[in-house]
Amino acid sequence: MQALIKDGKSATCDRWAPVQAEAEQAPAGHIATLSQWQALADKRDSAVQIEPGEGIEPLLEHLDALELVAVSFPVFTDGRGFSYGRELRERGYRGELRAVGHFLPDQVYYLRRCGFDAFQFADESRLEEGLRQYQVFSDAYQASIDQPLPLFRRRA
Amino acid sequence: MYVYDHYDQRLIDERVAQFREQTQRYLAGGLSEAEYLPLRLQNGLYVQRLAPMLRIAVPYGLLNSTQLRKLAHITRHYDKGYAHVSTRQNIQLNWPELEEVPDILAELASVQMHAIQTSGNCIRNTTTDQFAGVARDEREDPRPWCEIIRQWSTFHPEFAFLPRKFKIAVCASEEDRAAIHSHDIGVELVTNAQGESGFRILAGGGLGRTPVIGSVVWDWVEKRHLLTCLEAILRVYNQHGRRDNKFKARIKILVKAMGIEAFRAAAEREWAALKDGPSTLTDEAIEHAKSFFTAPAYRSCDAATSDAELTALCQADPIFARWVEHNTVAHKVPGYRAVSISLKATGYAPGDVTDGQLELLAELADDYSFGEIRTTHQQNMVLADVEIDALRGLWQRLQQAGLATPNIGTLTDLICCPGGDYCSLANAKSIPVAEAIQARFDDLDYLYDLGPIELNISGCMNACGHHHIGHIGVLGVDKKGAEFYQVSLGGSQSKDASLGKILGPSFSQEEMPDVIGRIIDTYVDLRQEEETFLQTYNRVGIDPFKERVYASSH
Ligand code: SF4
Repeated sequence: MQALIKDGKSATCDRWAPVQAEAEQAPAGHIATLSQWQALADKRDSAVQIEPGEGIEPLLEHLDALELVAVSFPVFTDGRGFSYGRELRERGYRGELRAVGHFLPDQVYYLRRCGFDAFQFADESRLEEGLRQYQVFSDAYQASIDQPLPLFRRRA
Repeated sequence: MYVYDHYDQRLIDERVAQFREQTQRYLAGGLSEAEYLPLRLQNGLYVQRLAPMLRIAVPYGLLNSTQLRKLAHITRHYDKGYAHVSTRQNIQLNWPELEEVPDILAELASVQMHAIQTSGNCIRNTTTDQFAGVARDEREDPRPWCEIIRQWSTFHPEFAFLPRKFKIAVCASEEDRAAIHSHDIGVELVTNAQGESGFRILAGGGLGRTPVIGSVVWDWVEKRHLLTCLEAILRVYNQHGRRDNKFKARIKILVKAMGIEAFRAAAEREWAALKDGPSTLTDEAIEHAKSFFTAPAYRSCDAATSDAELTALCQADPIFARWVEHNTVAHKVPGYRAVSISLKATGYAPGDVTDGQLELLAELADDYSFGEIRTTHQQNMVLADVEIDALRGLWQRLQQAGLATPNIGTLTDLICCPGGDYCSLANAKSIPVAEAIQARFDDLDYLYDLGPIELNISGCMNACGHHHIGHIGVLGVDKKGAEFYQVSLGGSQSKDASLGKILGPSFSQEEMPDVIGRIIDTYVDLRQEEETFLQTYNRVGIDPFKERVYASSH
C-alpha cells in the first residue's frame, strides 16, 4: 500500500502500483512508462509516468482515456515537471495528476498551482511535511491552474 | 513609486513566515544542506567565503527614504555598518548571520521590501534605466511595465526551478541604459510602422563564460500580450534548456543551439495556447500600474533664470562646476536635473555605502528629490528630481559625507564585483585591482580629458562585473593557483552592443595599474580630435594596444 497526498489529505493508493521500467510491457495494475504506454493497444483507463525530457506531446491525443498521469521528479531541482503539469491541465486533462519521486515538501504548493492533485514522495516520511506545506500562501499574482484569473483581474 | 496594497503585503509577510519555518527546519535537521540551498537562494541568501551574503531586491532600482533608513538600520544592527550596490541594482549585505536572516526579512517586509528571487535558478529582479521617468530621450516610462513583470514573476509556480538563473531588463529610451542586449530577455519599448507603441522582445543575451548578444524573437508585440509572450519564452526554456551542464544551461545556449528561427517557432507554439487567455493585460491593469508612476509635484520655475544662475555659480566655483558637469544630467522638466551620487571614491570598495551615508541619502532624498532615490547598474545612486536652484546646497551636503566624487562616466567610475574578498566563486580579488587603478588615475583633469571610459572588473567567469561589455574589461583568472587578470578591449553595452576582445596573456595584480596605464597612453597617442576611447579602439583595432602593452613587459 502506497501512502500519498490526494486532494489535500493523506491517502493510500492500491489501484496503481509503481512503474516497472525493465518490463517489456507494463504489468497489469502498474503505471506504464511512456514507451510501455505507447505500445498499449487499448489506452482506456490507463496510467502513464512521464520522465523529464519526455514531454507531454505523446499524451495529447489520449487525454480523455488516461486515468492517471504521474510526473516523475528524479531530482527536485529539475523543474520540467512543473510545466508538464500545467500544460496537461491547460490542454484539458482532467484525471489524476501525481508528482512522484524526489520533490520536496516545500514544492507541493507550487506543484498544486500547476495542476497536481496527488503527491507521492519517494520517502514516505515526508508526507506529513508535505501536508503542512500545502497552502503556505493565501493568494498569488499569476494565473495558474488552481486560480485561472491573475490577481490583476481580481484586485479590489 | 509602487505602493503595496493588502495583497502584496500579505504575500510578503507569508513569505517571511515560510522562510523562517524553513530555516528552523534546516537548523533542526529536517531539511538537508542540498534541499535548503535553493530555498535560501530564492530568498537571496548565499553562503559565501567568509559569511553568508544576503542580496536584497530593489525592484528596478527604486527606493524611498523610509526604505533607506531601514537599510541603514539593518546594516548597523545585523551587519558591519555598510552595504554594497550590485550591478543589477540590488543591495547586498556581506556579513549577516544565517539565524538572523528571517528577522532581517521581516524588517524589510515592514517597509515593503524583500529578498525574493534575488538568486537561484528563477526569474530575478527586473532592471531598467536609472533615469526612468525623467530622461529626455524616453519614449515612455518603463517602470509600470517593470512592476507588471515583477508581479508576474514573483512566486511564479512554473518557473521556480529553471535550468539556470533568468534575468529580464526593460529599456524605453533612445539610449539603452539597461543593457538589454546582455539579458536573458530584453524588452524594448518601440513604435511600429503604424505609430503604435509595443515591445520588441530579445532573448538569449548574456555574459558569463559564453557572452552573447541577444537575438530578436519578435520585432513588435502588442502591449497587452507582454506577459503571455514572456511566459511562452520561459516555457520553451524550462522544458528544453540544458540541465546536464550548468555552464551550458542559460537560455543563450538554447537559442544558439536551436537557432533563432526554430526557437521563435517553438515559442510561438506555446504562445498560441496562452495568447488572449486570462494573462492578457487589461487596460485597467495597465492603468493601475501606471498610476503609481505619475509625475511628482514639480515646481514650475523660470528655467532660463535658474540656468543662468547655475552658470554663474559654476563660473565662480570650478570645483562645483565639474561636479555639475559630470554628476548631473538634463531632466525632461525645465528647472530640474538628475543627480548621480558616485559610490566610487578612491579608498572605498566600488558600490559600498555606509549606514551613515544611507541615512544621509534618505535625508537628501526627502529634502531634494520627493523622498526617492535610485540604485544604478553602474553601482551608483541617483536623485532623479533635483531643482537646479538646489544643486549647490545638495552638493555641499554630499561633499561633507564624501559622496561628491565628480567622476561619473570616467575611468575611475568603474564597475567591480565583490570578487575574492567576499565571493566564494572568485578566481581572483577584484576590489584591490579597482583601488589600485583608482589610485593611479587620481588626477581629475586628466580623467576628464580621457572622456567616457567604462572599466568593468569581474573576479571570475560569472561576470557579475560585466567585464565583457566594458570598454576595458578585466577578468580574474586562476593560473596554477595564482591570481591573474585577463584584459579585454572594445566591449560596449549601448544599443550597438559588442563584446570585448581579449588582449593577450594575463597579468599579475601588481602589473595591472601599469597595464591600464599603457592602454590609456596608447589611446591618448592615437586619438584624433574628439575621439572617445571606444571610437579610437574601433578605428585602430586591438593591435596597437597589444604592441604597447606587451612590448616593454617582455
Ligand atoms: S564575478 Fe565571480 S567573483 Fe565576482 S561576484 Fe560574480 S561570482 Fe563572485
